[in-house]
Amino acid sequence: MNIFVILKRTFDTEEKISVSNNKVSEDSAEFIINPYDEYAIEEAITLKDAHGGTVTVVTVGDEDSEKELRTALAMGADQAVLISNEDLDSQDQFTTSSVLAAYFKDKEYDIILGGNVAIDNGTGQVGPRLAELLDIPHVTTITKIEINGTTVNIERDVEGDLEKIETSLPLLVTAQQGLNEPRYPSLPGIMKAKKKPLETLELDDLDIDEDEVEAKTKTVEVYLPPKKEAGKILTGETPEQVKELVSLLRNEAKVI
Amino acid sequence: MAKKVLVLAESRDGALRNVSFEAIAAAKEISGGGEVFAVLCGDSVQSLAAELFHYGADRVLTAEHEKLANYTPDGYFQTLKQIIDDESPEAIVFGHTSLGKDLSPRLAARLESGLISDVTGLEQAGENTVFTRPVYSGKAFEKKLISDGLVFVTIRPNNIAPLEKDESRSGDVTSVSVDIKDLRTIVKEVVRKASTGVDLAEAKIIVAGGRGVKSEDGFKPLQELADVLGAAVGASRGACDADYCDYSLQIGQTGKVVTPDLYIACGISGAIQHLAGMSNSKVIVAINKDPEASIFSVADYGIVGDLFEVVPLLTEEFKKVLV
Ligand SMILES: Cc1cc2nc3c(=O)[nH]c(=O)nc-3n(C[C@H](O)[C@H](O)[C@H](O)COP(=O)(O)OP(=O)(O)OC[C@H]3O[C@@H](n4cnc5c(N)ncnc54)[C@H](O)[C@@H]3O)c2cc1C
Ligand SMILES: Cc1cc2nc3c(=O)[nH]c(=O)nc-3n(C[C@H](O)[C@H](O)[C@H](O)COP(=O)(O)OP(=O)(O)OC[C@H]3O[C@@H](n4cnc5c(N)ncnc54)[C@H](O)[C@@H]3O)c2cc1C
Repeated sequence: MNIFVILKRTFDTEEKISVSNNKVSEDSAEFIINPYDEYAIEEAITLKDAHGGTVTVVTVGDEDSEKELRTALAMGADQAVLISNEDLDSQDQFTTSSVLAAYFKDKEYDIILGGNVAIDNGTGQVGPRLAELLDIPHVTTITKIEINGTTVNIERDVEGDLEKIETSLPLLVTAQQGLNEPRYPSLPGIMKAKKKPLETLELDDLDIDEDEVEAKTKTVEVYLPPKKEAGKILTGETPEQVKELVSLLRNEAKVI
Repeated sequence: MAKKVLVLAESRDGALRNVSFEAIAAAKEISGGGEVFAVLCGDSVQSLAAELFHYGADRVLTAEHEKLANYTPDGYFQTLKQIIDDESPEAIVFGHTSLGKDLSPRLAARLESGLISDVTGLEQAGENTVFTRPVYSGKAFEKKLISDGLVFVTIRPNNIAPLEKDESRSGDVTSVSVDIKDLRTIVKEVVRKASTGVDLAEAKIIVAGGRGVKSEDGFKPLQELADVLGAAVGASRGACDADYCDYSLQIGQTGKVVTPDLYIACGISGAIQHLAGMSNSKVIVAINKDPEASIFSVADYGIVGDLFEVVPLLTEEFKKVLV
């Protein structure tokens, strides 16, 4: 089976965030594989173990993304592709999915797995957009998948309800938390990853004209929310604190 | 310039979702005086149309088909695509719901358009509408506009105020006959887990419990407080993973994103993935026995203490003042 994972290198939002020049500052930021993409990688490896085939991880990013691709290889993916975005002036979800579609155009794929949302930009657009561009079905926020021949049975999370879906390959799915527990790369895995193939492609290699994939949206401002005044930590005996809280909610915050 | 705007109205359990009324309000603003028309899809939705007018829709299109009984990307895609081709709207507004998130990118791809997801506010700037949305798990915000072509956005529930309900308003309802071809994904079964009652995403008050609640029984005092306040009960991932409650109550990046007027967090430490789902709440109360817990950094009011002591007292006190 030809299994692909689309992976995004993302800012670790557990870290402190600062804004300068209308951009979230990347100096001293920590980057990670988007956590939902880790579920996708894990599931891809599990599918390969069950059905055979190869797992290819693909990202559109800058040269630093090699680090996240190597981590995916160390987890057990077979090969990686880095599509360089360095020639792009502007990039939004339209751009990213168009670039990915150009890559997949002449590939044979049975299943493409991605994350349900990237934790930094947080739109969840790239998966379904790509599926449409490739004219294949998609299922988002999956928590279970079983493949029998070309029939696929899926469970997905729909605002807390569970939906059971039947569909077929080729297919694109996006991973929700709960799908699996991603493995950590093992030491031998890390050693092997260094020798696994990692291909770098330029937009030219994919016959992409930059103008055609130019972003359709524009960010005009990025800012931090006004710093919240330190909250009021109540003091005194518990019953007094509770009385005070109720009074504050009614008279100061006026929410009750 | 006046714009014609399409709103996708969503229903649940036979009633329209509030986010659809909020979407109409957003559409009105984007339209700059143009027409706002709402689209209702399902197997039987005719009776819902009236309320869309009460909240400001100028016109309603209904698409009824047995294949639209359950949401599937293909069924809804084909329906919406047909309507968009016929009507040529200049802007489209969906709710940033499970359905909206699943469908909007696919449509945007076919329409070769930009899409601004998870919008929490909007304003006019000359000819353009500028949209605000949270990024980086809610730690920052960005303002965006569509620089080219169709204006397509999804709005986060409970952030944009709906218009005042006016029951005297009415309008034209047109039923559209849609031709739905093969569905490539089929819904075999829907296992309902979300409790009936107040929809978390639309609740005005939420009482949420975390691992500090310690057991399924531990949620009882929270439920009692919620009952007194007319609130919904929510939970952290920690509480769900520990089996104290169902995953359908989960709030956060993986679970529901909520923006109530009042959020009372009990025994929740305040991990970034949890904050991503609730930090936009208007007023946050934290009850936690650890004074260092990060939940206090986003709280407006905090009580450092044992939730099993504090929550029942709070319920009693509210009972007294809310008679
Ligand atoms: C130089 C530069 C300029 C940018 N300018 C803008 C801008 O003007 N406006 C703007 O909105 N964004 C901009 N971005 C951000 C970037 O374009 C988006 O983050 C990207 O398109 C993915 O969208 P998302 O974060 O919403 O991902 P989502 O759609 O939330 O991601 C969902 C899933 O899609 C897959 N995926 C997402 N991104 C990639 C990727 N790059 N490669 C492979 N798979 C992926 C992953 O599986 C991910 O889990 C810029 C980025 C760069 C590097
Ligand atoms: C990809 C990813 C996605 C995630 N998505 C989500 C998400 O959507 N939502 C979410 O919530 N989490 C999510 N998480 C998990 C998150 O990182 C935390 O693990 C989780 O939120 C912790 O839950 P908690 O605060 O209930 O538990 P804990 O962190 O264990 O905190 C329990 C708190 O209860 C307090 N406490 C204990 N006893 C009492 C008492 N008697 N009275 C008062 N206080 C008490 C303790 O002091 C402590 O602060 C995600 C994680 C990942 C990696």
